[in-house]
Amino acid sequence: MLGALTLLLVFQLIGEVLAQLFALPIPGPVIGMALLFAALALRGGPSPELRDTAQNLLQHLSLLFVPAGVGIMLHFGRIGDEWLPLMASLIGSTLLTIAVTALVLRALSRRAGGQGE
Amino acid sequence: MPAPAQIAEIWVYLSASPLLGLTVTLLAYQGAFWLYRRAGFHPLANPVLLAVAALVLLLHLTGTPYPIYFDGAQFVHFLLGPATVALAIPLYAQLPQLRAMAVPLLAALAIGSITAMLSAVFIGKLFGASEASLLSLAPKSVTTPIAMGIAERIGGLPSLTAVLVIATGILGAVSAKYVYQALGISDHAVRGFAIGVASHGIGTARAFQVSEQAGAFSGLAMGLNALMTALLVPLFMPFLIRWIQ
Repeated sequence: MLGALTLLLVFQLIGEVLAQLFALPIPGPVIGMALLFAALALRGGPSPELRDTAQNLLQHLSLLFVPAGVGIMLHFGRIGDEWLPLMASLIGSTLLTIAVTALVLRALSRRAGGQGE
Repeated sequence: MPAPAQIAEIWVYLSASPLLGLTVTLLAYQGAFWLYRRAGFHPLANPVLLAVAALVLLLHLTGTPYPIYFDGAQFVHFLLGPATVALAIPLYAQLPQLRAMAVPLLAALAIGSITAMLSAVFIGKLFGASEASLLSLAPKSVTTPIAMGIAERIGGLPSLTAVLVIATGILGAVSAKYVYQALGISDHAVRGFAIGVASHGIGTARAFQVSEQAGAFSGLAMGLNALMTALLVPLFMPFLIRWIQ
């Protein structure tokens, strides 16, 4: 558990350093994820310890968004003034994005002979 | 029974330490998750939505400012970093399917990413959102830190973007199931990927509650969309700004 958590933090740190060093527009943790994925592909998979730790951490991924979400209280004024355009944009755009992405992916993976359904 | 003055004194003392913010966050989430489970993991009982609503109400009633709450809650917030890195592990488990679907995935990513950005600004403009709000809406489908960075670069309000990003995540987690039912989409790889493009980490959290495969593809989509949007926004920005003004 401790070793695996340290490993995750080391990859995050490498990601953050690379992002700063090369002024990349991608967040450090996303770079860390890509590097860890590459390392797993080279090594042939995670240790059972790493797999368990990742599973524990990801099981409650929702929890980790709560503190930032509570920040909505800083914007009650603007949201009160513009609630209709903001809600319309968020709902419309989110539904459209899910539908378009899913339909394109299904159509293309069927054509490629992949498993569509 | 302690006197009200005593309770107020204890409250003032506790408000000054990070313990309270951290503990109420964990309590609110566990309460929300209990309800979510009782509701049979119904998407409308989204635990992020319930926990945020409960905490906002609590802070409002006790007159606690957000920065004081965040002093404690930041320990939870911090774990987003290692959790993002950890997404590599379920993703690795999907490696064979990933290879087989590489080209369709990238094409769907590009189209989905452009759809998310342009439709958010277009609909907002149609309903009369202010310019600052429109610029804050453009990166709303990307994971929080990168969305805030993009908003700052193009003249939006980063802290408003953070809220819009979370709201987008919750909306996607709540509604995706119904979109898929309406369109007849049942493949968990497709379902996961689409929710990840539209609704980043909160969509991914929901996808993991549906299946390991959906979660892995959602995490992949979230990572790729961060990259794609960071590359696309500078490209589309001159066009978007002319459109907004």
